[in-house]
Amino acid sequence: MTAPGPPIGILAELTHRCPLQCPYCSNPVELLKANRELSTETWIDILNQAADLGVLQVHLSGGEPTLRQDLEQLVSALSSRSVYTNLITAGINLSKARIQALKDAGLDHVQLSIQGATPEVTELIGKHKKGFAQKMQTAEHVRACGLPLTVNAPIHRHNIHQVADFIELALALDADRLEIANVQYYGWAYLNRAALLPALEDVERQVEIVEKARDRLKGILNFDFVTPDYYADYPKPCMGGWAKDAFVIVPDGTVLPCHAAQTISGLSFENAAETPLTEIWETSPTFEKYRGFDWMSETCKSCPRKELDHGGCRCQAFAVTGDAAETDPACILSPHHDKLRNVAVTASAEAPDDFSYRRL
Amino acid sequence: MQSRYHIDPDARPALPPHVRLQFDGLRQKWVVLAPERVLWPDDVSLDILKLCDGTLTIDQIVERLAKDYGADRSQISTDVLEFLQDWADRRLLAGAA
Ligand code: SF4
Ligand code: SF4
Repeated sequence: MTAPGPPIGILAELTHRCPLQCPYCSNPVELLKANRELSTETWIDILNQAADLGVLQVHLSGGEPTLRQDLEQLVSALSSRSVYTNLITAGINLSKARIQALKDAGLDHVQLSIQGATPEVTELIGKHKKGFAQKMQTAEHVRACGLPLTVNAPIHRHNIHQVADFIELALALDADRLEIANVQYYGWAYLNRAALLPALEDVERQVEIVEKARDRLKGILNFDFVTPDYYADYPKPCMGGWAKDAFVIVPDGTVLPCHAAQTISGLSFENAAETPLTEIWETSPTFEKYRGFDWMSETCKSCPRKELDHGGCRCQAFAVTGDAAETDPACILSPHHDKLRNVAVTASAEAPDDFSYRRL
Repeated sequence: MQSRYHIDPDARPALPPHVRLQFDGLRQKWVVLAPERVLWPDDVSLDILKLCDGTLTIDQIVERLAKDYGADRSQISTDVLEFLQDWADRRLLAGAA
């Protein structure tokens, strides 16, 4: 196999610590404790290697990345290499001074997650008193510091009726972009999927609301609509293709082709604190395994959409079919497609409400 | 609340600070970095974007391009305006401060 082209982006999960306990969290059920996190020096070294490798954009995420007091240093290291930095935050306990300090360090963009369009829903999902008020404050500070804002609204059964309110909220907060992100069921979200999956009629209503608003707000608010897999006809191009453009580094330095890759049994992963990033990107057997098209099932291999979606998500294929090389069951051409949809239909009909909050 | 940026003949468009046009030495290509997006403009797009410096009006940009390409203003003006309005609608252009 020829050497892969240089990667474009990284999702850097700096910590698993978080002041919220969202049941839809995509972090693994086995969270890493603070003592497993990398040091400032190690992160800076890894991020410099990433820049050398050709990475242009780094998404600083978690958990809650602002819990790392060295975040400014990491941003500044990236910015000095002309790498575009995006902070993905829950916006709890963030002072204006901190946001200004991040901006001064070179931060380019902030993505703020808001769990509900009202205080009640945000507090129910994040399990944090005053969470909503703090998020509103954070949004205000971000804009006052002159940083562009994306509002991320993770959608599931408990807030899908608020999609129109989220749009109004994003406008009121002077956001540039709104992500209506139907939850992807990995980690805690997978554990809680029966309590989170929405009903089909709510999903259809949501599509209509978003399509109309997208038209009406052309040039005013950008929409990123992450459609729900469980009711989809075709899968999403997970990570733009396994080990094609982007990868993930988790708090202890383990490097993953996608953020849920550790749920696939039988794969082993390198650590960026021990192995040079170039070596991992170019030669890791796990990265090679589902790169390109050779590994695909006949269904995908012979399909004209394969350039578009790369056969979808390996983790979802594994979770539902037991074989990570299968066609993503979100695809209508997968023999397991009905299984996925039935899970959603049953869950939303029975509508159990007892989710497990994320915790260490 | 944000407002839509209209590309009319007097507009002086520029890339806002959080939308960066930079040369990528490794790939030997120009790239646009924006919130959650990485774009690779082709040669013509690049020539247009480089003129969006916040001082030139749309009129002057079209003038410049017509000269550089040895084309008629009327031939290219619609395309340039459409291209820029599309970029503005994706919130990748703003008016000069
Ligand atoms: S989804 Fe919620 S719990 Fe998980 S990292 Fe984000 S804010 Fe924290
Ligand atoms: S068969 Fe495979 S390549 Fe074709 S649409 Fe489905 S997942 Fe994509």
